[in-house]
Amino acid sequence: NFMPVCSLGLCGLHHPWLVAAGYSCSGPLCATAVAVKTLPLQTDSTNVTDKILNLPLEMPDFFRCADRLMEPYLFGSRLDQDIIDLDQTVEHLQSALNFTAHIAYRGSVILFVSRRRQFGHLVESTAQDCGEYAHTRYWQGGLLTNAPIQYGPGVRLPDLIVFFSTLNNVFQQHVGVRDAAKMNIPTVGLVDSNCNPSLVTYPVPGNDDTPAAMELYCRLFKMTINRAKDKRRQMELLQGRSAVGLTTSS
Amino acid sequence: MAASGGRTVGSFLWKCGNCCFNFNTVSSNLTRQVLSRQLCVSAVLHRKNLAAAGPEKFSEEFIKKQVEEFNIGKRHLANMMGEDPETFTQGDINRSIAYLFPSGLFDKKAKPLMKHPDEVFPKQRAVQWGADGRPFHFLFYTGKQSYYSLMHDTFTKALAVEKHQDRLRGKDLFTQDAKQISLVGSRWLLKEELEELLVETISEHDYARFIQLMERLLSLPYCSVEEDFVQRYRRQLEIQSSKQQVQPLQYDQHGVAYSTGDGKQRKTATGTVLLRDSGSGSISINGTNYVHYFPVLQDREQLMFPLHFMGVLGRFDMQCSVSGGGHSSQAGALRLAISRAMLSFLSEGQVETMRQAGLLTPDPRIKERKKPGQEGARRKFTWKKR
Repeated sequence: NFMPVCSLGLCGLHHPWLVAAGYSCSGPLCATAVAVKTLPLQTDSTNVTDKILNLPLEMPDFFRCADRLMEPYLFGSRLDQDIIDLDQTVEHLQSALNFTAHIAYRGSVILFVSRRRQFGHLVESTAQDCGEYAHTRYWQGGLLTNAPIQYGPGVRLPDLIVFFSTLNNVFQQHVGVRDAAKMNIPTVGLVDSNCNPSLVTYPVPGNDDTPAAMELYCRLFKMTINRAKDKRRQMELLQGRSAVGLTTSS
Repeated sequence: MAASGGRTVGSFLWKCGNCCFNFNTVSSNLTRQVLSRQLCVSAVLHRKNLAAAGPEKFSEEFIKKQVEEFNIGKRHLANMMGEDPETFTQGDINRSIAYLFPSGLFDKKAKPLMKHPDEVFPKQRAVQWGADGRPFHFLFYTGKQSYYSLMHDTFTKALAVEKHQDRLRGKDLFTQDAKQISLVGSRWLLKEELEELLVETISEHDYARFIQLMERLLSLPYCSVEEDFVQRYRRQLEIQSSKQQVQPLQYDQHGVAYSTGDGKQRKTATGTVLLRDSGSGSISINGTNYVHYFPVLQDREQLMFPLHFMGVLGRFDMQCSVSGGGHSSQAGALRLAISRAMLSFLSEGQVETMRQAGLLTPDPRIKERKKPGQEGARRKFTWKKR
């Protein structure tokens, strides 16, 4: 009884509660035993696209009711899986990584947030390797909004927050997304099909369920930040040398 | 200074300045300035306020100044008591303060004290970020950085152990009966001890999760790889009976073994006992026979209980002397003195049995003081409705 719902979806008559009803009948699908879906490769694809396309990134969500606002990023759904348009993902990911690189180049504070217990350790290790900060634990209410009292006066808030999953353990939007918007902190977020991407500055539609996908994203962010910091150090050395050169010459 | 109620020694010394005390070290001007500081501190600073929210209440310079003042005050105290300032220990300081400021209060925290500032002021964290504002710790923004970094490290260790196990399985060297960490005779850190270690307040839930994670680490068959890490969070349980001081047996001219039980207190009664291993079983208290001295059966039972418990009723000869208190407290004091004297005749296991029976524990109960506004210690005045 899934096919009629899917056809309805493809026709564009999308009622969320029908969708929910259809999906809830299926019960939790075993996410482990899903065949790898490879979309037809495009001729001028980059390395990153290759990597993303060859991974099982379109996997079923358990409590999956695709958010209305995520529809532009989805092709639709097939056999209870929401298929995300990876061309858009690549564009979004590229702009997000570019932004992160610029932020890291300026020496700002970046905070990695994820409330998925499966990947908490991975995210914390990534942050440690980059030299940035992580928060994969219970989010206390006033961490951003009440910071001077929680941490002490004169604390510096993060200048970028990267969400590896914008949902918390109860499948509601993470408080950090709203708080960052309140404190004018730009956010980069990995939004899955059941997330609300409206408050995220640089949403990256993609799957946040599989270990392989998460490891890929962590690796990408770590690489970007490390490269940006190395570049910064290089530029500072050059500046230092050129300043020395100027003084000695004059 | 912050603490109220601390006694200033300045005024006392100033009065006694004319009474020819020797102040070798400092000139008179400096003396006047320094002496007006407080030497003793009150109980306000005893309260451990770990991780004071906001900036540190006591800055580094403040603590340094306190340490200097403590050292100078220690030297003054030594001079006052006529002792050598170089070899003045903390025990000497405590005795001097108890002598100079005698206190009849029961609570230890209410008595005047003079200790090194590191023991008095609670440990707290310095500012957590550098000059550019970037915090030092990568988990700073969680709020509980030490606790979460501990959890992170423990989980990393667990993953490392699992990886080690997988490697062994790959080489076919995996055995279920690998060497296990011995946990006998040790206990997990208490919540308070963990808080002290991390310099952070932890909730009960957090502590429970930490213990759960450590137990999970211990459940892995090859956890002995991370033994050092685990032992850091365990404390040895002390065997209580080893704390007992057993005096060696002494022998008199006829070769008979004897031992003395040192004078024990029970509610202002003190008693001493001389036990002789002669085999007659006679007891004399203050020169008189015990039957005449203790006409009440209960008191005589108290005397006999240690001997009866160890089954050596007729073996020992006892010469006791007792003073103070009433008949019941004298009997209790003698019982404790007899048990202590018997220790030299017994083996380790028997000492432990006696300790568990409660024969070696001094009874701390004393008469509770009467409070103002009440008729007695507990009894209130008759309540009248109108």
